Amino acid sequence: MSPLLQGMVTILIGVGGCVGYFYAANLLLDRVIFPPSGRDPGRNISRANAVRPWLFLAPAMAALGLYLVYPVVGSFWRSLYNRDGGSFIGLGNYTDLAADPAFRTALFNNLLWVLVVPAASTFLGLIAAQLTDRIRWGNIAKSMIFMPMAISFVGASLIWKFVYANEADIGLINAIRAGLGFQDPIDVIQIPFWNTFFLMAILIWIQTGFAMVILSAALRGIPDETIEAAILDGANPFQIFFRVMVPQITGTIVVVWTTITILVLKVFDIVYTMTGGNFGTQILPSYMMSYMFKDDGRATAVAFVIMLIVLPVMVWNILQARKEMR
Amino acid sequence: MDGHAGAKSRLTWAVHLTVAALVVLWLVPTVGLLVSSFRDRDQISASGWWEAPLPVEQTYRLRTDPGAAVERHGRFVLSGNVFDSGDSAGTGTVTGFGVTGRAPAEFAPGATADLRGGGRLTVAADGSFTAQADAPFGRRGPTIYFEAETPPKVTLDNYRMVLGADGMDRAFVNTLTVTIPATVIPILIAAFAAYALAWMEFPGRGLLIAAVVGLLVVPLQLALVPLLRLHEAVGIGQSFMGIWFAHTGFGLPLAVYLLRNYMAGLPRDIIESAKVDGATDFQVFTRIVLPLSFPALASFAIFQFLWTWNDLLVAKVFLPAASETKVMTVKIADDLLGSHGGDWGILAAAAFISMAVPLAVFFALQRYLVRGLLAGSVK
Repeated sequence: MSPLLQGMVTILIGVGGCVGYFYAANLLLDRVIFPPSGRDPGRNISRANAVRPWLFLAPAMAALGLYLVYPVVGSFWRSLYNRDGGSFIGLGNYTDLAADPAFRTALFNNLLWVLVVPAASTFLGLIAAQLTDRIRWGNIAKSMIFMPMAISFVGASLIWKFVYANEADIGLINAIRAGLGFQDPIDVIQIPFWNTFFLMAILIWIQTGFAMVILSAALRGIPDETIEAAILDGANPFQIFFRVMVPQITGTIVVVWTTITILVLKVFDIVYTMTGGNFGTQILPSYMMSYMFKDDGRATAVAFVIMLIVLPVMVWNILQARKEMR
Repeated sequence: MDGHAGAKSRLTWAVHLTVAALVVLWLVPTVGLLVSSFRDRDQISASGWWEAPLPVEQTYRLRTDPGAAVERHGRFVLSGNVFDSGDSAGTGTVTGFGVTGRAPAEFAPGATADLRGGGRLTVAADGSFTAQADAPFGRRGPTIYFEAETPPKVTLDNYRMVLGADGMDRAFVNTLTVTIPATVIPILIAAFAAYALAWMEFPGRGLLIAAVVGLLVVPLQLALVPLLRLHEAVGIGQSFMGIWFAHTGFGLPLAVYLLRNYMAGLPRDIIESAKVDGATDFQVFTRIVLPLSFPALASFAIFQFLWTWNDLLVAKVFLPAASETKVMTVKIADDLLGSHGGDWGILAAAAFISMAVPLAVFFALQRYLVRGLLAGSVK
């Protein structure tokens, strides 16, 4: 059976199974387990209604539990064992990591990524949002800046490989250098330290559109009176933007910032495609992939370090969500 | 902000120019890739893609066939046209020629050069050449080096090559196979859960919503090793089945979160009056909430589709590394970049094949994507 056909059959089984489960379980609950008849129909109905939410939630909870909750515990547990999982070595993997210069490079680079990419994307997105909202062809411009969202990280990396290529007849950067009179082409991907920033540019290019779309909606939600009052008070356009408008959307800016931060900690594709982690560009997710399939203990330890970095954001998100629900 | 009448027009111009610059900056890399994918591979390395509509100046080498020489008045004459065969086949204009590889354009077209083995060579601008010598040319004819301008070539060869010999067609089907079930199945599971979290009263509801918000940010990296071992233990191993499950699990938090937010915003009156009229929760969900939630369902479907289509990490871990099961991202990152590292035309074509569907989806359904983003982030 061809995989595509297998996929179609799976869709049928999956969708049919889900619909069947929800329908049958619901029917079973109402007709057989707690029928609205017999000695006390009222009590049966309220019992059925108490069970029903869990019926609806069960498949999602099972999937979430198995694919996201269990791995957190499972990964931590696995990270306490050695390469083949045979013997318990406590925090051995973590002390090994701390002693590995490659890990420290990855951690340092990741720190740079976390500092630079969200800041640059949010800032550029904010500028793009404010500017495109003020012109008639703004929506087309938005569309173009937003487009990289649809492109895979691998595709985006290839696109930028063409820009960075080490030949003046292919790479735009070297073509511009040649136009300015520099003789030898440079390989920007191999310049120590700064190459990381060239890789970051790819993710910034992708994420600016996301920031722009959300911040543009937030900017449009600002009450006109505040801006009118600022104009009457004689504020110039820059003062109005940075002192009146931006402070009113800080909440949204923080959301955009944290969303991109989380993403930065997950993306291994760009480094993997562009340099394979060479030339000192390693980051934690790609460092982890270099141990995947080779040393599960080490790989899970790196994954857990990433989890620890994400943890504060997670807690903050949960607190935020609980505040909103009240 | 439109207060200063005098400053306004200048500022408006600045805005237009800045936005135009941003758009150009954002588009240029992609346009470069698209243009390159349609160019001839020799032309790609001879001139930049921004010069694609211009003729390309390339250097060629032609080894003449001494057997074609004719004896005329005691001299041996070898003539022909450099554009008749070999790499340089086709029309073009010779801009210079030479007799050594070190100086391939030493002489202007029409000039006469001394051959190293004795004799003379002339190459005209239209490519016709004549070599004359007093003695036969021997086993090897003289080698002509020349520089020629060839008109720009638009070709589909790169696409043909990638889809045929490099197996990108198979990878495309594999990506499709991964993507469709991984998009459809989570929607259904999430919709029921989202309804329960939005419109049903039960103890622990707030806690569950908080848990979903927390799970939104769990790094995928954590899930890789334990789940792969689990799949191996239950016999799924690395397979399409495994990657469908994995994508379903990883997509659920966003699905539940987006759909719950949307459903919770539906008007209370409709749902309560339906319940007063005797509709059960199941009926309210399937007949009222589900149809009304279509925009949110569409947003999530687009997200999940783009995410699974573009994914590299999950595919690398949960699918076998054999070439029959490689998806496009893995194919490009692991195979093509290795074997065709310097073959830019092939890489560009492969990238565009992998980007075509997401870009089409993006431009056709952008409205829903934006709406979903806003529902997920701004509250």
